[in-house]
Amino acid sequence: MSTLTEPPVERFRISMLLYDARYRSATIQVVAMLFFMLVAAWLVNNAIINLNTLGKPISFKFLSNPAGYDINQRLLEYSSRDINLRAALIGLLNTLVVAFLGCITATIIGVIVGVLRLSSNWLVARIMTVYVEMFRNVPVLLWIILAWAILSEALPKIKSFRGENATSSMSLFDTVAVTNRGIYIPEALFSRSLGNVHLLGDSGLRFDISIDLIAIVVVLALSIFAVRKVKARATAVQEATGERPTTWYIQLGILFVPMIALLVALGFHLGLPELKGFNFKGGTHLRNSLIALWLALSLYTAAFIAEIVRGGILAISTGQSEAAAALGLKPNRTMSLVILPQALRVIIPPMISNYLNLTKNSSLAIAVGYFDLTGTLGGVTLNQTGRELECVLLLMLVYLVISLLISAVMNWYNKRVELVER
Amino acid sequence: MSDLSFVRTEMLPEKAPPASEIGIVGWLRHNLFSGWVNSILTIISLAAIYGVLSVLIPYVFLSVWNAESLNECREIMNETWGSSHGHACWAVINERWLQLLFGFYPPEFYWRPILSLVLLVVALAPILYSDRVSSKLLIVTALYPFIMPWLMWGGSVWGTVSVAFGFVAGYLVLKYATEALGELFAMIAGAVVAIVWWLFIAGMFVGAMDAILPIALETVQSRKFGGFMLAILLGVVAIGCSLPIGIVLALGRQSHLPIVKWLCVCFIEFIRGVPLITLLFVASLLLNIFLPPGTNFDIILRVMIMVTLFASAYMAEVIRGGLAALPRGQYEGADSLGLDYWQSQRLIIMPQALKISIPGIVSTFIGVFKDTTLVSIIGLFDVIGLTHAIRADTAWNGIYWELFAFIALLFFIVCFSMSRYSMYLERKLRTDHK
Amino acid sequence: MKKSVIFGALTVAGLAAGAAAAGTLDDVKARGKLNCGVTTGLVGFAAPDANGNWDGFDVGVCRAVAAAVLGDPAAVEFVPTTGKTRFTALASGEIDMLARNTTWTFSRDVDLKFTFVGVNYYDGQGFMVPSELGVSSAKDLDGATVCIQTGTTTELNLADFFRANNISYEPVPIETNAEGQQQYLAGACDVYTTDASGLAATRATFEDPGAHVLLPEIISKEPLGPLVRHGDDNWGDAVRWTLNALITAEELGVTSANIGEMAAGTNNPEVNRLLGSEGSLGEMLGLSADWAKNAIMAGGNYGEIFERNIGESTPIGLARGLNAQWTDGGLIYSPPFR
Repeated sequence: MSTLTEPPVERFRISMLLYDARYRSATIQVVAMLFFMLVAAWLVNNAIINLNTLGKPISFKFLSNPAGYDINQRLLEYSSRDINLRAALIGLLNTLVVAFLGCITATIIGVIVGVLRLSSNWLVARIMTVYVEMFRNVPVLLWIILAWAILSEALPKIKSFRGENATSSMSLFDTVAVTNRGIYIPEALFSRSLGNVHLLGDSGLRFDISIDLIAIVVVLALSIFAVRKVKARATAVQEATGERPTTWYIQLGILFVPMIALLVALGFHLGLPELKGFNFKGGTHLRNSLIALWLALSLYTAAFIAEIVRGGILAISTGQSEAAAALGLKPNRTMSLVILPQALRVIIPPMISNYLNLTKNSSLAIAVGYFDLTGTLGGVTLNQTGRELECVLLLMLVYLVISLLISAVMNWYNKRVELVER
Repeated sequence: MSDLSFVRTEMLPEKAPPASEIGIVGWLRHNLFSGWVNSILTIISLAAIYGVLSVLIPYVFLSVWNAESLNECREIMNETWGSSHGHACWAVINERWLQLLFGFYPPEFYWRPILSLVLLVVALAPILYSDRVSSKLLIVTALYPFIMPWLMWGGSVWGTVSVAFGFVAGYLVLKYATEALGELFAMIAGAVVAIVWWLFIAGMFVGAMDAILPIALETVQSRKFGGFMLAILLGVVAIGCSLPIGIVLALGRQSHLPIVKWLCVCFIEFIRGVPLITLLFVASLLLNIFLPPGTNFDIILRVMIMVTLFASAYMAEVIRGGLAALPRGQYEGADSLGLDYWQSQRLIIMPQALKISIPGIVSTFIGVFKDTTLVSIIGLFDVIGLTHAIRADTAWNGIYWELFAFIALLFFIVCFSMSRYSMYLERKLRTDHK
Repeated sequence: MKKSVIFGALTVAGLAAGAAAAGTLDDVKARGKLNCGVTTGLVGFAAPDANGNWDGFDVGVCRAVAAAVLGDPAAVEFVPTTGKTRFTALASGEIDMLARNTTWTFSRDVDLKFTFVGVNYYDGQGFMVPSELGVSSAKDLDGATVCIQTGTTTELNLADFFRANNISYEPVPIETNAEGQQQYLAGACDVYTTDASGLAATRATFEDPGAHVLLPEIISKEPLGPLVRHGDDNWGDAVRWTLNALITAEELGVTSANIGEMAAGTNNPEVNRLLGSEGSLGEMLGLSADWAKNAIMAGGNYGEIFERNIGESTPIGLARGLNAQWTDGGLIYSPPFR
């Protein structure tokens, strides 16, 4: 009989907190946590003392006071009598608009430039290099200011559209007016509109949803669904009989007939801009500040994206393009079918941080008078109410949420691409 | 044998290739007109280049260099070219370039920032060109963090010496007490010695030394800093200070200790998630609220703190990239040698990881350097801020493009050369790995 | 002061140990420098020259206060502030006084807890339009695009004005005057609106000033003046009475040219009290007896500062208008020195 000897029970000693690797990590963590909490408590304590001395205890009441200023570009209805919270919301939407538009155009320009930098055309490749170096090496703030000034100097003045001997005229069959106050494009109008749904009553976050828009989206979704059905059916027939029935006219019909019928029923027509008084009236006005910011941010970010794309393409071994050439693919087909899809895997992660940078750089909108979140909540509202702490904290919080959302979405997309690739 | 006279028996002399394949024509055909798409692209590009140059060249070169005010510039232009449009008035740069470069730094002390910059190059040389520059220069690198503030801000040399001595004392304690106390206690003891020195003894030391041997530079208040110098200073300070913080954060983020890791991740993601301008708002509007009542930092110092925090989050990510790029075997090799965590980091991991990270660090520097222009929004007189001030002078009110062109050129020269260096380094590192 | 030792050791130099606590006057005297908040640049009011020396109408007030308190008009550190940072800088004690054409409003006085010590310039928001538009009144501006300089009370005034008159407009907010000028001249807006003094200064630098008109409407009251923190009355008094001394000096005919002989004693008791040759006004303020003399010597009396920086002899060419002495039909009026 042998008895298992119990391992000697080690009694816990204080010194083990330092010398025993098992406990040391706990010690370090507790110390780190304590240190962090002490610092945080110290900062908060200072803030409370200071704010009390200033007589400005933290309060978010200012958000429900009237803002008092006008905002030129508003996606929701807003007037100077609305509250500060609503002004901030309008600003947030403006931030999102310019970030969204900027990311799309920056990607398009970036990919084109990145590919053209590798072009066999010496001149084009050199010009693209000059573009990339010029934009990467000069601060974005400078580009934003310059884009704004160049647009307002170079585009035709409203004055030149006026009078008998106007020197400028509207382009695209008199539907689009390009001026140095912005671009006026036709807007969609419905003479037999179904009206709007008002949501959230009278609160600062209220918004309207156009029933026309819902109807259009619903019809479009149904049409696409039906087209898919038709396609699936065609495939089924093809698998059964070996012959694919011709369905393109059915597809087109399903896609267009209901939509046209709906648009006619709603009384769809285009609202064209026309010169009245000081400005063009009617149509949608893309303001100069938006265009300048959009242009500068896209061109600046595109320069970085171009480098990423170029790096991604170069990372694909030459064997791939030689193989594609051996298959008889033309250079542009090689690029779009063989190289770019593979390069995508290398390209996407740094792309995410460029999208984040673009979104964060949009906070420089203040330099061109574009009312984004920094211009409203962190600008005029802060100035007028004097609530620095609350405004800046809210501002940081909102940007943080936007950034985290963007990186979450892009990381999700990245994961998906990677899975499909491997 | 039959007469095969149609078969040539001697080689023909080599002919020159067709004229369309060599020389300028051939080069043009290959590189510019190799197909109709390329030809169209070439023609469009040429037209674009012509369009830009036809405006730029007269603007830049047919310009006024000497004038007292914008109005005088316009008069000269009208006299010379009959129009005041399309010509630059560089006279403003001619008059204000020193201010644009140095801000309000006293002109008699311009040598101090210049010397700082030269020393910076000397200090960086052994790191950036480690293969060509003697490593003896590393002594300059070690001293630079103490010399630079003294040169820029001035004051008694003994203040600088005493701060440096604190570090030396701490290091000496760490070095000689390690055997007696063990690494952890030696570290703590070193820190305690340094802090005791700075808090209690340094003041007396400085007072005593000043009485014995007063060596001092005239103090320059940091609100005199401005112009392009401010951008460089902010960039250098931010990168210099953020390097150690970034290393700690990167290690923390990779740590197995959940609380430490969580704190580091939160900090990094928070800083990376908000725009720099909001951090600058914190510096200009809020930092005083979070400090004890009565403390009042200079705005430039506050901005330096926030820019450093900003840079350290990005630096942490760059270094994390460097750490991730190290082969697993390096970590395992260090472990198998019996090195503990700090030893393996110090001797094996960090030297390699930092070397890989240098291109990333350089591009972070370029980014921070460009972003320093944002301080103009909170009212500091960096180059862009100075343009507001210059245009508030009645003589130059209304001038616009010339100032921005000059600023863009300054930034381009500095950033472009740094990015070229970073590319060179990347190429060098790549061959190292093959 | 353990904290300052820590910070002092860590940051070597450059930490200005200012104190927001009691006694700004004593602090300033102890420091030997006045920290005065000014704009980052506004033509005629505050601008640094090529050597970094500040000059302008607001700067004149700063220098007068420095001369009164410290006896040296050069003992001023000018701290440039933006519309956003100016109040924080003052509240935190970074600056001792703010002379940054700041409008005296109820909420700034009461809610933000500042004390306006007086008014050194009566301004109002006006409009400038190209004369070719043929507009003669701001009420004709329905649908116009308006460039506004933000960060001030201007955008609120503008919104109120257009709302009250029930006309629409398109605001183009602009961060600095330079950009406003560029946008306006490029025709990106029909109207430029900011304080009337700013408009006049801006128009003066145009290539063709005659092609632009200032509309008759002044849509707001903008009393601009220096301000200090609430609750530090000694300091507030020092700044207030320095400004009043400049105004009174003009009223009594004391100029920088004749102040030497006037200080020796005159037949006018108020001049004597002002210049310290009679009574002890300086002592009551906690300043030297010749404080007002120093203040006036710094840049002249109110009228001289006005004429030199923004008056009709300068390119800016502002008429005195509301800013004439009350004896000339203006609003500039100082309580008596007695």
